[in-house]
Amino acid sequence: MSKGFFSGLLATLVGLWSFTAISETDGVFDEYRELMGDDNPAIFVIYDGEEIWFTPAGPKSVSLAQCDLGLGPGVVEGAYAQLPRYFSDAQRVQDIEARLEYCMTHLQGRSPDKVRANAYSQRGELGTELEALVAWIADQSSGLTIAPAQAHAKERSAYTLGESLFYYRAGPHDFSCATCHEQTGRRIRLQALPNLTTHQGAAAAYSTWPAYRVSQGIVRTMGWRMRDCMRQQRMPELIMGSEASVALQTYLSVNGAGGSMAAPGLKR
Amino acid sequence: MQTIIRICAFIIFSSALHADESYNVLLNSMVDKNFVTVERLKQDELQAFCSQPRSATVDEPRAAELREAALKGVPTPPGENYLGDWQRGEKVAINGRGLQYSDDPDQANGGNCYACHQLDPTELAYGTLGPSLSGYGARGQNPAMLEYTWTKLWNTHAYNVCSHMPRFGAAGILTTQQLQDVMAFLFDPESPVNRPQP
Amino acid sequence: MASRIRIRAQLKDDYCEVKALMRHPMETGLRKDQSGVAIPANFIEDVQVVHNDAVVMQAYWGAAVSANPFLGVRFKGGAQGDVVKIIWRDNQGDSGSGETTIR
Repeated sequence: MSKGFFSGLLATLVGLWSFTAISETDGVFDEYRELMGDDNPAIFVIYDGEEIWFTPAGPKSVSLAQCDLGLGPGVVEGAYAQLPRYFSDAQRVQDIEARLEYCMTHLQGRSPDKVRANAYSQRGELGTELEALVAWIADQSSGLTIAPAQAHAKERSAYTLGESLFYYRAGPHDFSCATCHEQTGRRIRLQALPNLTTHQGAAAAYSTWPAYRVSQGIVRTMGWRMRDCMRQQRMPELIMGSEASVALQTYLSVNGAGGSMAAPGLKR
Repeated sequence: MQTIIRICAFIIFSSALHADESYNVLLNSMVDKNFVTVERLKQDELQAFCSQPRSATVDEPRAAELREAALKGVPTPPGENYLGDWQRGEKVAINGRGLQYSDDPDQANGGNCYACHQLDPTELAYGTLGPSLSGYGARGQNPAMLEYTWTKLWNTHAYNVCSHMPRFGAAGILTTQQLQDVMAFLFDPESPVNRPQP
Repeated sequence: MASRIRIRAQLKDDYCEVKALMRHPMETGLRKDQSGVAIPANFIEDVQVVHNDAVVMQAYWGAAVSANPFLGVRFKGGAQGDVVKIIWRDNQGDSGSGETTIR
């Protein structure tokens, strides 16, 4: 007991108790988030991401420290809030995932297929390199204004394309993104649905991804969210960093522009 | 007059181009997964027509055509027997699985009714994208109501073109038997849907 | 990245703040799997935070705690470089631990 004496102790432990109230918001999950305060298990993933960024990898054995996320090689702070954007070296509009894939293949010499195949955690996995990197990079924009670039013609056409994909109905259920996300104050089962066609809804959603998913115990990215929405729409699998994924994220980030980044978020 | 026709032609042509572009982008951005193939990205006429914002102006004559076509395609249930077993129907209403690439294709599809509708008033986890259907049976069990509801479930566009609801019968999501069971879940006085409100 | 406990211990003002994420399913015993068979209860029953060699916090948990529990604890008397360790034991007799140094 020499050094271990203590005069104050506070333990906070948060678990889901029972359903108590149901509202048009996230209901009991809002209470959960409030109990967590500034705490987010994503902190551990953020540390991993920072470490990975500076660790040499791939056939060329170089780190990502010279990767240009849009604000110049190696500049991470504030970069996420301005994505997706046009990159002249890649000659296309890229989100964080397409950009990281570009840096991993061009700087580190890694195979794009492998990068994509291991992008998102599979069932039972405890987080991937890409998820950790995105968590850290997004955290480096926390509190900053969502300000995706829209100066380049390709950035503007990515928005227009994203909008038309948002309303594209197909598959056995005739679903589109709009089926669930063009009305305000609705929910699916108990899950509140943001209206992504409005600034308020899009900003609330866009600013809180990537997010630690309590139900999955891992950080998920906005790109993963796009893929999973497509799965729920009964569509095939959306490719990470693909034109459709980037366009949809452009649609959301531009609609949410002016909002304040608060990622990694905390979600059910 | 000629100008107007030309403008109309241009609008139709450009929106068709737009849909093609969306399709091509999706085709290049997605891959087959398990039993779900990129074949699903192709739109039928109705899907193409309904892929625009709610605020967009509707081409009424075209909507009427689609409504008629949807109505024509609705079959009468075998033996004009609209009502199956409400207990089985309840299971269909609760089940949200089916046709996602993460689902087991050997299991029967669900109707996932609770995702969007309130039904049994004691079930708290219901969605609000569609209207509440609690107490639906109180609207009466006459032939008109049965036929209306059957049609609505089979192909919602027969009444409401571009409704958000899936075409459970026309698209083959649910079987005829499952639809009859869901009908019973909605209409049967014993069904929890029609229990008095707590 | 797959260790079962992640811990961070930071010195703040006059206390040390410990945050930890434990990987554990925390099964209540009330859930059923897809074929309808009950999933056996499997949850952490006892968790301890140890500073150097002294237990500064001990908690008895139950099935009401969420999967992958996140724990936050503050205690006084820590110094930079001290070892902080977290040990848990579950109802099936399994246990896990992890440690870090105070930053």
